[in-house]
Amino acid sequence: MEDKKYKNLVDKHTPKENVLDNALIAFVVGGLMGILGQGLIDIYTYLFNISTSDASMLMIVTLIFLGCLLTCLGFFDKMVHFARCGLIIPITGFAHAMMSAALEYRKEGLVTGIGANMFKLAGTVIIFGVVSAYIFGLIRLIIMGG
Amino acid sequence: MIYINSFLFCGFVCLIGQLILDNTKLTPGHITTIFVVLGCFLDVFNIYDKIILWAGGGAMVPITSFGHLLIHGAMVTTTDVGIMGLMSGMFNLTASGITAAIVFSFVLSLIFKPKD
Repeated sequence: MEDKKYKNLVDKHTPKENVLDNALIAFVVGGLMGILGQGLIDIYTYLFNISTSDASMLMIVTLIFLGCLLTCLGFFDKMVHFARCGLIIPITGFAHAMMSAALEYRKEGLVTGIGANMFKLAGTVIIFGVVSAYIFGLIRLIIMGG
Repeated sequence: MIYINSFLFCGFVCLIGQLILDNTKLTPGHITTIFVVLGCFLDVFNIYDKIILWAGGGAMVPITSFGHLLIHGAMVTTTDVGIMGLMSGMFNLTASGITAAIVFSFVLSLIFKPKD
């Protein structure tokens, strides 16, 4: 009974979020990130005369650098608070997770702080990505022959 | 035209992520993980390659492309060296992104002080 009462009380006082607005903002911001990515690929292929796959590597590196730099300067947390998944789902979210972990644990030292905790938030992406890629790759090799 | 496609695809992925975030109790960490696994899964039947042809950079920006690049590099290497390529080629295409993230965050965390 007490548990139920407490849960009701918590539900009552949790601020209601406007789901539709959040979804629309995420859609627009995410879409703009996509346009930025495509624009960078076009600029790099035009400037350096490289193939599209090389240009997309360079684009990913650029976006990661931007994400790291904006996190350091303190803008990115506010932007993430505003756009939510519009900035978390693009590759900038990955950079933001690593950068904020590195900044947060820096005071504990280089090895025990940054070195041990850098992948604290972003590690799940790499671990689940590698494990699922291995399993799906094995399935694809066995069933479809590569 | 490819700019409209990138806007639509990248926005659509972020929209789904935002809907999951608002309507369930999953954290952003769960959602990025779900999308990486989804990107891996979509590459099994070469669906993601078609999406990249259609949406260009819009398909490379979301985190789903990270899962796609992992399995794609592995599958390209297996055609050369057989089943061991699954391990040796796993990071072939994503190495630049991961290295960039590690180096930039390490160097920048030495320069900047945390702000809160």
